Amino acid sequence: MITEGSDCVVRFESVGLRYGLGPEVLQDISFALAPGSFHFLLGASGAGKSTLLKLMYLALKPTRGLISLFGHNMATTSRRQLPALRRRIGVVFQDFRLLHHLSAFDNVALPLRVAGVRENEIRKHVVELLTWVGLKDHVNIRPTILSGGQQQRVAIARAVIARPKLLLADEPTGNVDDRMAMRLMHLFEELNKLGTTIVIATHNETLVRRLGHPRLRLDAGCLDTDTPDQPAAGETAAGAFAAATSGSRAEQSSESAA
Amino acid sequence: MWARRSDLPLDHDALGRFLPWLIAFMVYLAALALAGMLLLNTMAARWDRGMGDTLTVQIAPADTPEQDALRVRATLGILRSIPGVARAQLIDEGRLMDLLEPWLGPGGATKDLPLPRLIDVELKPGAQVDAAALATRLAAAVPGTAVDDHGVWLERLIRLIRTVEALATAVLLLIGLATAGTVVFTTRTGLSIHHEAIEVLHLIGAQDTYVARQFAGRALAMGLRGGVIGLVFAVPTLLGIGYLAARMQAGLLPDVSLGPQHWAALAGLPLVVAAIAMVTARLTVMRTLARML
Ligand SMILES: Nc1ncnc2c1ncn2[C@@H]1O[C@H](COP(=O)(O)OP(=O)(O)O)[C@@H](O)[C@H]1O
Ligand SMILES: [Mg+2]
Repeated sequence: MITEGSDCVVRFESVGLRYGLGPEVLQDISFALAPGSFHFLLGASGAGKSTLLKLMYLALKPTRGLISLFGHNMATTSRRQLPALRRRIGVVFQDFRLLHHLSAFDNVALPLRVAGVRENEIRKHVVELLTWVGLKDHVNIRPTILSGGQQQRVAIARAVIARPKLLLADEPTGNVDDRMAMRLMHLFEELNKLGTTIVIATHNETLVRRLGHPRLRLDAGCLDTDTPDQPAAGETAAGAFAAATSGSRAEQSSESAA
Repeated sequence: MWARRSDLPLDHDALGRFLPWLIAFMVYLAALALAGMLLLNTMAARWDRGMGDTLTVQIAPADTPEQDALRVRATLGILRSIPGVARAQLIDEGRLMDLLEPWLGPGGATKDLPLPRLIDVELKPGAQVDAAALATRLAAAVPGTAVDDHGVWLERLIRLIRTVEALATAVLLLIGLATAGTVVFTTRTGLSIHHEAIEVLHLIGAQDTYVARQFAGRALAMGLRGGVIGLVFAVPTLLGIGYLAARMQAGLLPDVSLGPQHWAALAGLPLVVAAIAMVTARLTVMRTLARML
């Protein structure tokens, strides 16, 4: 049912987008993401990375071309079917978009509440995840008092809490130091190992080189898929990831002890 | 039905503080209108029931009391022979004085004043007695008699009461509409104030009903709060009016006071208003969101 006619998680065919009457920010974008793939989305500032992600998380409709998600043609999908599709997508927004009157806990709990998960289950999962991203002591704090890096981690926790089938992250490590950036990348890789398709827009070339996942490159509104649809999360990455995760866990416990 | 917690800071916006007071005012007015309507309804029903099957026969005074007595006896004889009549009785002079007192003042009606004699006729339930035919028949036997079936007077009074009742109903409807309108306005404003947060909820996979539930829960809570405040102010007002009416009554008005069933209806007002607010908020959110992406 999820993959009717196509087993791609995301498929763009000649997609173009313009804001209002402005120039086309994206032109003729065509690509497909296989289930379980891991891609970096690269491009200079203003190249259209956020715009491309917005199309993927259904915050924008293309001005031309065809987008299909989980095998559903978005042009023929009714508004009432959108919530179910969106629940399969986790998003880390570039500007976080946390709800400022809610605690870190309630922000992270949102996707579960929206999906009608029982409150006692929510409690356990949310606290566990917040602990994992190093915010064990900030569970009941509102985002406004958190630092940029801490807010970013709350946003990431919110994006992954419901184990989405597709994770889209817009510069998710822009506000944290390299060690935390690496740690968060490992969180994405762990999710990827569980079958989640991942797209991460980033500037951080070092990170991209170290992790070595295939890249989608945006340049002047055109997409260049130098290594398209290559199965990501190969054995080496997974192995490195396991080691890194256990390392991070040790790091985490020493951090919370301090 | 109600949201146990809210994802949107609905209670903290200025509208959230203003809405309960507006609703309180609406409920206050509605309580007065409803109380008036209920009282009039009771009054009309009582008169309708109490006077629909009675007649009064008036016998003009003759020259001597002996003649008067004869005329009364003859009239009573005729009345009692009619099949539809259950009871025909002369209203004694003492009561007649009492009835006239409000107009003539105490002691104003004396034995010197020639007064007509009145016969109170009670008809059998459902009996059809033609007042005009009866009047002709009585006048033939005893000249100077007149029959009053209260019809004209009662009809006018009841028409007046029904008109006032219709007005009160219209007032209640208008208050309901005004409440709904206010809720539509505050809900729309709330939707635009919290537009960003609602968009995030949508992108996370919230259905419109999820958002609507939060607005509906808020509207319900505010409707109840405002409704109770309005009622708290309305009760002393109604008791005060009742007290003044009781002092003025002096036999002119029938007993007017709110019974337990009336107070129960008034207590239901906050519930009705809260329900209107809740349903309106929900419909407004559902309709407005359907126009968004
Ligand atoms: N809401 C918007 N309205 C108009 N133009 C926009 C809007 N958002 C982005 N743009 C324009 O689209 C282009 C791509 O922006 P964006 O997708 O944010 O790039 P990136 O994320 O790669 O920095 C930029 O030129 C930007 O000015
Ligand atoms: Mg961007």
